[in-house]
Amino acid sequence: MATMTIAKAINEGLRASLAHDPKTLLMGEDIGELGGVYRVTDGLKREFGAMRVVDTPLAESGIIGTAIGLALRGYRPICEIQFDGFVFPGFNQITTQLAKLRTRSDGMLSAPVVIRIPYGGGIGSVEHHSESPEALFAHTAGLRIITPSNPQDAYWMIQQAVTCEDPVIVFEPKRRYWLKGDVDTRTPAADPFTAQVLRRGSDATVVAYGPLVPVALAAAAAAAEDGRSIEVIDLRSISPIDFDTVTASVTRTGRLVVAHEAPTFGGLGGEIAARISEWAFLSLEAPVIRVGGFHMPYPVARVEEQYLPDIDRILEALDRAFAY
Amino acid sequence: MNASRLPAAEFEAEEVLRAAHAADVGRDQEPGGEMLQVLSSDGSMAGGMAAEVAGSTVDFAPYLSATDAPHLRSLYRDMFLIRRFDQESTALQRQGQLALWVPLTGQEAAQIGSGRALQPQDYAFPTYREHGVALTRGVRFDEILRLFRGVTNGGWDPRERNFHLYTLVLAAQSLHAVGYAMGMQRDQLADPSLPQGVSVAYFGDGASSEGDIHESMVFAASFDAPVVFFCQNNQWAISVPSSVQTKVPLAKRAEGYGFPGVRVDGNDVVAVEAVMRWALEHARTGKGPVLIEAYTYRMSAHTTADDPTKYRLSRDEQEWQTRDPLARLEAYLRTAGLADESFFEELGAEARSMATDLREAVLSMTAPDLESRFAAVYAEPHPLVQEELRFFQQYEAGFADEGKHA
Repeated sequence: MATMTIAKAINEGLRASLAHDPKTLLMGEDIGELGGVYRVTDGLKREFGAMRVVDTPLAESGIIGTAIGLALRGYRPICEIQFDGFVFPGFNQITTQLAKLRTRSDGMLSAPVVIRIPYGGGIGSVEHHSESPEALFAHTAGLRIITPSNPQDAYWMIQQAVTCEDPVIVFEPKRRYWLKGDVDTRTPAADPFTAQVLRRGSDATVVAYGPLVPVALAAAAAAAEDGRSIEVIDLRSISPIDFDTVTASVTRTGRLVVAHEAPTFGGLGGEIAARISEWAFLSLEAPVIRVGGFHMPYPVARVEEQYLPDIDRILEALDRAFAY
Repeated sequence: MNASRLPAAEFEAEEVLRAAHAADVGRDQEPGGEMLQVLSSDGSMAGGMAAEVAGSTVDFAPYLSATDAPHLRSLYRDMFLIRRFDQESTALQRQGQLALWVPLTGQEAAQIGSGRALQPQDYAFPTYREHGVALTRGVRFDEILRLFRGVTNGGWDPRERNFHLYTLVLAAQSLHAVGYAMGMQRDQLADPSLPQGVSVAYFGDGASSEGDIHESMVFAASFDAPVVFFCQNNQWAISVPSSVQTKVPLAKRAEGYGFPGVRVDGNDVVAVEAVMRWALEHARTGKGPVLIEAYTYRMSAHTTADDPTKYRLSRDEQEWQTRDPLARLEAYLRTAGLADESFFEELGAEARSMATDLREAVLSMTAPDLESRFAAVYAEPHPLVQEELRFFQQYEAGFADEGKHA
């Protein structure tokens, strides 16, 4: 057991993957000498060399497209997209090629490419550096999407993504890169495509993922002071979604709030709300309430605190759920 | 345009085009540039071929198969069969047996010449018109038509043929080719006893404007990837002439990326094969990528849904007829006495029999069940796909009494 930050945990997870399988390689902008703008790949080029840790030209479509070619040749590329808002030049390769190769080949070809994307706001940055575009990818069949919220998951989920035969996008909560926690490097984390109940409760369920998990836990702690028992689920996987865990929870609590930084309209919260209203309809004491970003491009840094869902926004949503 | 020049309803499209072209002389003319050729359109064969490439003179003589009669006959055979295949496929589409067809007539030399130069360990990434290259990689004719019959988006096992599936988003496969070459490079480092493979990216003059072509050339140059970019400049991206895609001969773009570019007469199968052999050797021996521009012409429509009379002159089409890649090789084989009448007769019979078999194969293709498509989305079990499959099966089972749900 060791204590480390999420960034360090991913670094150690990548190191373990590179050491374990000579067919793995890292590709991205500034990931070699610099170790990535967030230092997530720090030291890996020195350890594994330039053929395994590749500083690529500055071209996101190029990174994803060549990674697909490498995967077709039997390699397992792990790509870093520097920031969420910069994935779009590679969007075509991800959605029209990577996601569809298996279907196109009637199941003959696999493209086990991993794409790491630091995402989410709260870092006081400029445009395109704080977005949460996960729903755009979740809507695309053929992709798997996971997002760790703590160092233990961060260490294991990246390795599990690498061994998965399907393409996996790992959304990394960049404002939590320095969040510390215990990592058990011997016992693998749970199946990365399942959700985890982080706090037991009986009055309402809050589902969150990535950067909002600590916020949801804090909201649950605050609600407990008011005598409300809130269950908190870390979704962990955005595609597929572990609806069984969410449904089982809501069947017991009767109320559900879903929180994410991404805009609510067309977001994952809507998908979860639709599912739960169908599968746990008779258990619901209130409609499912969504907490998320507004229908606007991510706002400027000086006002992002008002935009980002915080403890109060989740508590307000719980109040509404309890008002029914 | 003033009102008096507006076309009347009975005005022939051809006349409108002629007027428009006259008012805009030279706009659709390809910018000038040297073009390598040994077999000219009148069927005469030059003694050799050399060119200035990236600052030094390359003598292509060692790569030419101009005097190898059996080889020339087999090149002709491939071109003849693929053209017959093209005609049969067009007919099948017209009869409603294919959803769409993408003709290659006019580009046989570019495709057969380049494809035949490949070695078994090489790997080619086509766009969607490379039926001739598919033939050289051992893909069966009926396998190519499965996509156009609508029973698959693939059609063959790319790993068996070292020939990737058709990619319909233009230029996307060019990056896959470069990535594949980067993999070949690493394989070679891990095991130097492996025969060095070369990856080939096929694309056209239209796709050359796509960003992925630029990015793939940057990556290939940066990493000295063993890749050949094979551009068939067939003059037309559906209705838009190549002059809209580029102001310089496409082959010249290579210089900007720092690797050699060569323009070859894409209707001269002997020259194409020689240039491709040279380019493959260049990439194979660790010297990095090469761009080949095969200057050719799409003699037919873009697809069977296209109507070229709307945008190009029949005069131009007729002019390109005189540069036909098959006619010139046939003329050479005949005048040089390298093939007799029986060769052509037997080939005609082989093509007719191929077309008959092809027709039978297409008509007997069965559609897959939608149910089977659920299994091809992910490699590992996926709860949502499994759940939707269960729903679909139950839903379909509800129609059991009435026979299969239509």
